[in-house]
Parts: sequence; structure tokens; C-alpha cells
Amino acid sequence: MSDVVSVGVAEMKVSDDSGTLASYGLGSCVGVAIYDPLRKVGGLAHVMLPDSRGIDCEETPGKFADTAVSRLVDELVELGARRTGLRCKIAGGSQMFEIPSNNQRKAKSPHAHIGARNVEGIKRELERLRIPLVGEDTGGNHGRTIKFDTSTGDIEVKSIYHGISSL
Amino acid sequence: MARGGKSGELSARQIDALAEAGNIGAGNASIALSQMVGKKIGLSVPRASLLPLASVPELAGGPEVPVAGIYMRVKGDCPGSILLLLERESAISLADMMIASSMSVAGDMAVRKSALEETSSILSGAYLNSLGELTGLFFKPSVPGFAMDMAGAILEQVLVDAAESEDHVLMVETAFEISGQLIHGHLVFFPDLGTLDAILERLGVPFE
Repeated sequence: MSDVVSVGVAEMKVSDDSGTLASYGLGSCVGVAIYDPLRKVGGLAHVMLPDSRGIDCEETPGKFADTAVSRLVDELVELGARRTGLRCKIAGGSQMFEIPSNNQRKAKSPHAHIGARNVEGIKRELERLRIPLVGEDTGGNHGRTIKFDTSTGDIEVKSIYHGISSL
Repeated sequence: MARGGKSGELSARQIDALAEAGNIGAGNASIALSQMVGKKIGLSVPRASLLPLASVPELAGGPEVPVAGIYMRVKGDCPGSILLLLERESAISLADMMIASSMSVAGDMAVRKSALEETSSILSGAYLNSLGELTGLFFKPSVPGFAMDMAGAILEQVLVDAAESEDHVLMVETAFEISGQLIHGHLVFFPDLGTLDAILERLGVPFE
């Protein structure tokens, strides 16, 4: 129960036995935590990019915002969560590097502001699936580690420059 | 997508050839660094490997280790990303060595940041120049971006650039240290998978 399970880049994991799931050193990636507080099941995805755009990601659904949210919901429902009782919290999506100035004109490149676009992509998918977003710590230019207690939905957010806070 | 886009198709010989190219690049970069700081530089044997995405943030001792990362995107015939990673204490020591040898304002973080960006430009430039001479290919680095934060957060930037349609990244890594100064760092080149045909052909290990 006190074991912390790490969810690495592009991975996702679910728990129905009050486990704690963690993503360490989130930068532009976003940790997406979805849970049913009544049934005490929860899952965490470490999302790297906003849109799968048809890329085959059957084996790594956690990589993209669109595939991660819907797959997480399906797996939680399979574990006994109520589809209508789900809640979501997100953290991450920062911009670690300023885009070098001589590339500014080319900032339309698909990876500019990727953190913000990851957050947008996740929110779009949450709206589509009608899952309320009840906590958010996103943006800025710093890294974050999150620890998600799947039985309560509580998240501890840690960063080097801003210390520890809870979501 | 070009041939070789799927990482499983790279052979051990091809990976060895990339490591050897990295060795030559790193050798040149260490000469440049040695001239800048007036010390001997120790270099590790370079590693080239295909890593699953989730293991990349472990590269510098763990995803939460505080590091300085100086990042450049590389364009040209063999696009990729190049990253200088230094543990925080090493970054500060190296910056102060650089500053001390050129002017007299040490201790200011903004000055350290620009000293490290400059150092990284020179190291990466030396590295890419020798790859260019070796292969006859054109490598053009962007201006550097700087961050001092958790290693995982910094390395995610590289993944975003390198791995949209891949579940692995290719990494050519050399660790270095400055003798007697407790300064350790990594210079890491991440050539984009999917556009490796040109460099592998020039290195004499083309895709079949």
C-alpha cells in the first residue's frame, strides 16, 4: 500500500488497491490523474504529446493526450469505476527552454509550446468525455514530480524552486 | 517515413559506427574545452544506444537530480538534438572557471547562464564540426537554450523533438570530467530516428 509505482514517459498505470502512482521530473509532459473517489480506483498517464494524429500507439496509449485519457477511462471502468463518477487532476506542461530567438519566426513548428498544447489536448478530451477537471498545476518553466494517492485523489506536487504543494 | 524509421531495424554494426563517430566528435570537443579552461579533460568511452522513452529521464542519475541542461536543436543533413548536461554543482563550478578566465564577475546566475551557453556552443560546435568533417554532411545547431531544473524535465524536451512516431530514441553519449575540479558532465547527441540514412551511408554502414 505504501509502495510508490513510477509511471514513466508515455506510460500509464491504474490501481484499485489504494496504491500511490508517481511521475518524476515532469517537464513539458503532463501527468493526468483520473479517479473515482467512491470506488477508490485511480490511474495516472504521463502524456508527452497532444495529438496522436492517427499514429499507431496501441502499445503506448499514454503517450498522446487523446489516446491516454480515453484509454485510462476504459481501464478504470473495467476496474469498477463509475464512468459518471470520475474526476481528473493534471500537473506539468511547462516550457523548460525558451525557444531560441532565431527560431522565433519558425515557432509554428509542431513542437513549439508543447507543454501548453499538451494541456489543451487533455482538456479537450476531458470535455468530450464529460470528466470534471478538479485540480490543475500546469505551465511555467519548472519541472515537477507528482505523487497521486489513487484512493483519495490527493496529489503532492514537488518542484525544486517552489517546494511542495498539494492538489 | 524513411527506412530505418523503426528503431528495431538498426544493426549493432550501425550503432557501433555511430558510437565511433561520437568518439571523434567528443575528442574534438574535449580539446576545445581543455583550451578554454586550461585543464586536462577526461573522457569516457562513448555509448550509443537505443533507449525506450521511459528510460531517457534516468540518463543523468535519475529524473529528479538537479542539473543544468543546455540544449540545441540541430538541423541539416542529420537532424537531431544535442544536449550538454551538468550536475548543478558542476555547472556552477564550470561557469565560474569560464568567467574567472575572461572577466571578474563570478557568482551571478545570469552571468553563469550565459557562460554555460557559450561553453555549450563551443563544445557542440566542435563536436558537430568533426562529425561534419568525418561524414561530409552539414550540421547546423540552433542558438542554445538553458534550463537548471530536474533532469527528467530537461530530457523530456529531447523526447518531444525526437520521438513523435517512435517508442525509442537513439542516444550517442560521452561523459567527461575536468581533472582535479570535480566537474562531471555529459555531452549527448540524439540523432532523429527516421533520418539516419545519410549519416549511416557516409559511415559505411548503410541500411541494406
